[in-house]
Formats: sequence, structure tokens, C-alpha cells
Amino acid sequence: MLNNVLSFTDRGIYCPAGDFYIDPWRPVNRALITHGHADHARPGHRSYLCTDACAPVMRHRLGDISVETVKYGEVRKIGDALVSFHPAGHLPGSAQIRVEVAGEIWVASGDYKIVADGISEAFEPVKCHSFITECTFGLPVFKWDDQAEVARDLNAWWAQNAAQGKSSILGAYSLGKAQRLLAMVDPQIAPILTHGAVENTNAVLRQQGYSLPDTIHVTPNLNAKQHPGALVIAPPSALGSQWARRFGPSSTAFASGWMRLRGVRRRRAADRGFVISDHADWDGLMQAIKQTGAENIYATHGYTDIFARWLNTQGYNAQVLKTEFGTDEDDTETAIGDAA
Amino acid sequence: MKDFAALFTAIDQTTKTSLKTKALAEFFRTASDDDKLWTIALFSGRRPKRAVTTTQLREWAAEVGGIPLWLLEESYPIVGDLAETIALTLPPPNRISDLSLTHWITELKSLAALDIDARKARILDAWDQLDPTERFLFNKLITGGFRIGVSQKLMTRALAQATNQEEASLAHRLMGGWTPETTSYHALIEADDAEADESRPYPFYLAYQLEDDPVALGEPDTWQAEWKWDGIRGQVILRNGTHHVWSRGEELMTDRFPEFARLTDFLSDGIVLDGEIVAWDGTQPFPFNTLQARIGRKTVPKKLLKDAPVILLAYDLLEHEGQDLRNLPLQDRRARMDALLQDLPEDAPVKVAPPLPLDTWETLAHTRATARDNRAEGLMLKRKDSPYLAGRKKGDWWKWKLDPLTVDAVMIYAQQGHGRRANLFTDFTFAVWDGNDLVPFTKAYSGLTDEEFRKITAWVRKNTQQRFGPVRQVTPHHVFEIAFEGIHASPRHKSGIALRFPRMSRWRHDKPLQEANTLDDLKDLLETYG
Repeated sequence: MLNNVLSFTDRGIYCPAGDFYIDPWRPVNRALITHGHADHARPGHRSYLCTDACAPVMRHRLGDISVETVKYGEVRKIGDALVSFHPAGHLPGSAQIRVEVAGEIWVASGDYKIVADGISEAFEPVKCHSFITECTFGLPVFKWDDQAEVARDLNAWWAQNAAQGKSSILGAYSLGKAQRLLAMVDPQIAPILTHGAVENTNAVLRQQGYSLPDTIHVTPNLNAKQHPGALVIAPPSALGSQWARRFGPSSTAFASGWMRLRGVRRRRAADRGFVISDHADWDGLMQAIKQTGAENIYATHGYTDIFARWLNTQGYNAQVLKTEFGTDEDDTETAIGDAA
Repeated sequence: MKDFAALFTAIDQTTKTSLKTKALAEFFRTASDDDKLWTIALFSGRRPKRAVTTTQLREWAAEVGGIPLWLLEESYPIVGDLAETIALTLPPPNRISDLSLTHWITELKSLAALDIDARKARILDAWDQLDPTERFLFNKLITGGFRIGVSQKLMTRALAQATNQEEASLAHRLMGGWTPETTSYHALIEADDAEADESRPYPFYLAYQLEDDPVALGEPDTWQAEWKWDGIRGQVILRNGTHHVWSRGEELMTDRFPEFARLTDFLSDGIVLDGEIVAWDGTQPFPFNTLQARIGRKTVPKKLLKDAPVILLAYDLLEHEGQDLRNLPLQDRRARMDALLQDLPEDAPVKVAPPLPLDTWETLAHTRATARDNRAEGLMLKRKDSPYLAGRKKGDWWKWKLDPLTVDAVMIYAQQGHGRRANLFTDFTFAVWDGNDLVPFTKAYSGLTDEEFRKITAWVRKNTQQRFGPVRQVTPHHVFEIAFEGIHASPRHKSGIALRFPRMSRWRHDKPLQEANTLDDLKDLLETYG
């Protein structure tokens, strides 16, 4: 490649002109971070750069780290590179990172979705020459229903359980998905209880000014009987555990893009699976890629081989980029692909 | 179709058998007779004749979905179900209809008389008026294997609840060669013991695996022991001057095993024998793979008939002189069977499977250890006073199988699973050492916990060396204990051997790569047990 704005190393995506990495998976001096999920924001880097909306969650998760922040759209000069962060719509504070060197523009998408979810900063298409895109759901079978429609189903499920005196336990990622669900559900139905992992993230985001409905933290001495018909939001790993038994008779559900597949739904052995994803669906990926105007596409994280092959038939110059995203989330969910 | 789709959704949304049964019983109370009959047919493994090929379906779905065929083909293994892949690929319908399940099945059957263009037009028209769930079910009707989490047993129970009939008698009514075209709901389910279908078998009584010491079963003299033969379970039925052979999978196999036609020369009408169909070398069964050659053939060439003749090793008599004997104690059924079969000529295609001596559990354990030498997989233990029940019931019949053979092998290829296991690496190829090379010798898919599959999946993603389509070559590192029931020579495999029922019995974290078994070890096993 003549103008290597970004190159791919065993530590991660690297910019030689600015001597920095984007979402590196091994410790580096300078890491630019798209969002706070554990497979993108890893511990051990000497310094971090992310959006001001992303920093509180990173500090919460990674502890005492050296973080510099930028606003969305603000341009920084790092070495010979011009760098800016743009909303990715994946979760509150998430960004795509634009890197320009001598007029050549690359964008690393991180994870993204293009539909508005009611809480994350809305996805912004960024023109570029080369686009590094995730493709978690890069198959034509993945198409998401309208969020309002899913919200109706979700509320109907909860209301029906509440009417039968049952709790509704909903498994969802503690960062991003949980808060999006909070923005989707109808708090009038019954109280909303949250697992500690979810509530801690809620607290961080509330302090930043994101608006969330009232929730009750499930502490060891909480008496679940005092909250009949409650909606309980917890990380997927908590479902079916000792922790979940305190809620008595209950119906269980997962919220994830994988719930589109009946096989995965059945494997999770929950009563319901709601198709709600923080990644772009097939049409969303295609739309995002088209809007960048990019000729060179690097597909990462997902069905990369198939997706790149498809893009090549559509006139793009597409390649597979091997990364370690989506393989090592602290929550084991990602290990089976439930990046949600 | 909307009520059937709602039934499917109710069943699919729960893992609780009681709720599934309730939903199905409610459907049986409210649906039309035709829809009920078809629902019974679908959940007992009967389906309309395939009107279009799955290849045509794929091509049409890709075309309507606006994607190239290869992309649909690539999506299929990830979704794990063709009917679902197609339902998920199609654009939303342009209109909505609510025609019955029977309507759509009739529509599918009518396609047989049309040319291919007309068939295509009708399938596309159907897709265009069905919602995604209905489409999935409609496609399932075409692709076959209507497995959606409802067993025949569960369906029978729901039907029993809805009709206030005995489950066991309904199970019997549902056996045999009926199709929705040859009967009606009334005749099948409601009519006063309609003329019993002359080919109708009895529901098989199935044994549970004995996990504990048989001492827990009590006094040995109340039990009967037999070899557990490695053949296929079958019922041979003699009624109205003709005969029928059924496999346990309720497949009519009369034509595959023409040997049994001679039985009508020796035995009278009104007899049903339960036993094991085995390929017989004159004194003992051939290994299972000899029988396998027979199972695969719908018509049998003369040579095969001569090289691998089958017989029934009979161990139970369910009907005699047209009387259902199932409520008699086993020892009485046995006595009648022995009397009936004792005078058969030596070359008759039925032999009594003799009980084994059973003095003490300890001596029986020694007998069990010799099962492989006797071409058996282990022992069957049956309570002498037990009636012949329907289905898998605990208590009276136990299978006491041999411990499987095992080898320690190295995982070298991995592939994602299907259906419930889509997105997990669950299908692995294993190798043993041949000098410094690893020679693949078997695949295995089962035996690990979900947690272990998750772990190995994460590992495979990080340790992929090369990809061949969906197959990934991984760094040789992990050793697994592979358990299997039998081993035989196979020129089709690179290693020269093939295993029966291989599965992963243990993840040998403790075992270094170099200490996995060798091809010579496998050859020794082949020598001993093949």
C-alpha cells in the first residue's frame, strides 16, 4: 500500500505517522479507544485517548489509567496524523476514529450501529478512502426489526409476566445493552431491578447526564417479594444462577442480535429471545459502507471471509483483517459470539 | 396457518414440557379435524411428499432475497436450518393471508402436477403472503424432518389430554403405516377400535442405561439377563397371511429384509415378535458394519443377500393367536415364545435369543466382560414379572453396556456446529501419531459441556492456522479422550480405520501433545476388537 495511514500489527491497528494504536490488544504507549467494551478497551496501556463521553466508563472499568479526552468532531494533531472521533451509535460514548495523513483518510469503525437507540449519540457517516468495518452480523439473515416493535413485544412480555405474578429476568450486557433496554421499556409496568454490574454502569452514565428511568439495585438483603412483577436486568451469566433464584417464579429472556437465530435461542434455554443488537444488521452495514464512499474495506470481527467476498462482488476492494476483537470479553458471552 | 404458527411460537418459547403439552392440547381441542390430523402426522414423522427440491428452494429464495446463491449457501451452516435460512433471507411479505395448515399442505401436494415454472410461481406467491414464522413452517413442510422440539411422545400425551383417552392406547393407534391421505382424524383417533391396521406394530418398550451397580436391582433370581446385541431393534408381524417388519424408528423395512417372507411358512397368523435384527454368519452375528450395508439398500442384490443374511434374534412375544400379550409377565411371554419357536428349522430367519445364566451379580459381571467376544454391546436386564410397557420407562428393563473403548487423540481441525450449536466450534477432527505425523482418524461432535465448548471456541478463534471454507486447521495442542463402541477397517479413511459412535469423553488437560495415542495403538485395537 502506497500510503499506509494505518497498518496491522500483532498488537493492533497502528498509525506509523502518529505512533499510536487503535484499540490495541497488547500493551502500548499510546492507545486510541473507540469504546469501553473489554475487547476494545484493554488494561495496561501507558496512555489512553477517547471521547469525553467514553472516559468515565473506562476509568470505572480500568481503574487508575492515564486518559486524555476529546469531543466528538474535535481534530487533534498527533505526529503527522490528524485524528478525530465521530459517533458510532454502538453505546453511549462510542466512536469511530478518523485518521488523516497527507490527505489520505482512514476510518476505524470500532463497533457500530446506524439506527438510533434512544440513548447513544447517533451514528455519523464519515467520508474516507479506507474503512475498517466490523461485521459481527455480516450475513443477509441478520436483519433487525424496528426498535419500537421490539419494545412493544418486550413490554408485552413483562406486563404479562407481571399480571401472572412472575418476575421478568432479562439477560443483557451491563454496558450499553442494559441502558438501551432501560430506555426502551415502560417503567409504568412495575419496578425495575438491576444486578450490581448493571447498576454500577448506570451510576456512571447517570452522573454524565444520560437519562435513565429509576432502578433498584439488587443487594444481598433486598427482599424480592416487595417488588412483585419486577423487571430484572442482569448480565447473561447471572441467569440460571443462584443469584437469580431470589426472584421466585419468573420468566427469562435474552436481548441480543443472536436471538434472530432459533438455534442460538434454544441453546440459551431462555423463555424468550428479543432481537436487539448494538451492532449494525446486514442492511445497516451495507448502508454505512456505502456512505463512507470508501473504496478499500477491511472487514474484522464476525463473518469476515464471507462479508469480504460479498463486498468484492459489489465493486469494493475488500480484505479480511484478523483482530482479537470479540474474542476475549471478560464476560464469557463474547467467547461464543454473543457480542450482543 | 396463523393458529399453527401461534402453536409453534408457544412451543418454541418455552423449555418446559408441561407448557408445550398444554399448548398442543389446546390446539387439539380447537383446530379443525384436518389440521389436527396433519399436526399428528407431522409430529409423528410423516410429511407431505416433497414437491420441490431444496436446491430449487435455495435458488428461488436467493433470487427473491436479492443475494447471490453462494451467500445463501454460506449463511445456511451458520443458521443451521435451511427452512429458517430462507425465511430469514426473504424480504417482508406484500400481503397477509390466513389460510389453514391443511390448505398449504394441499397446495404443496398439488404442485406435483405442475411444471417447474408454475411450481416456482406458486411457492413465491406463498412466501409473499406469509409472515416470517409462517414461512419458516411452510418451508419446513417442504424440506422435511419436522423437528421443532415436540417428540411423538409429547404429542401423544397432549392428544390424550385433549381427547380424554389413554396415552398408551393412543400411542398404539398412531403406530403403523397410515398417512393423512389414507385415514381421517375420526378413523384414526375417535372411531371405536377401528379395524386394526394389519401392519400396525406395538410401541417399543425401551430400556434405560444402568448407571449403578446391578446389586441395587435386588435378588438376581427375579431378573433375566440377555446379550445386548448390536443390530437394529425390530418387530416382525404376521397377520392375515402376510408379514411386516418394523424398525424401532418406526420405519417399515419389510422389503429390505426379504428373508422374513419365509416365516409365513413356519408360523401361523396373529404373531408379533420383538427382537434384534442382525446379520448372521451361521453361528453368531456379523459386526454391525456388515448389517449397515443391508440397512442402506432398499432393494437387495443377490450377492449381498448371500454374504450378509439377516435373522431376528427374538426376545419377546407381544401378540399370539391375535391376542395382545403385553400385560402378561415377561416370563410367561417368554415361555410361550420358546414353545412357539422351538420347532423351527435350523435355517429359519428367527432364532430365540437365549437368556444368560444369572446366579449372582458378580458372575454376571464376568459374563458382561466377554460381551465383545460374543458380538454384543453388553447385557440387557429385564424383570421377570414385568409387563411390556410403551416407550422409555424406568424400573423393569435396563441396558448394562460395556465401558466404551478409548484413545487419546489430538484435535487438528474444527468446524462450527449447526442449529442449537451454530456459532460454537463443536465439530472436531482428531488425529493420532504416525511417527512424527498426525494422521486424522475420526470426527467427534459430542461429549463436552456447553462451558467446555465455549472455551474451546475461544481457543480455536485464536489458534487458527488455515481455513478451508468452514473448516479451520488449528495448532495441534489439545488432547481429548475419544470414547467409541466399536472399530473396524475402512479403506475410505486415510487412517484405514473407522469408529462406531465416537465422542469426546474427556478433555485431557493433563496430557501433553506427545503422549497422545499412535496409529499402531489403533491397529492393535482393530486387531483385538475389529
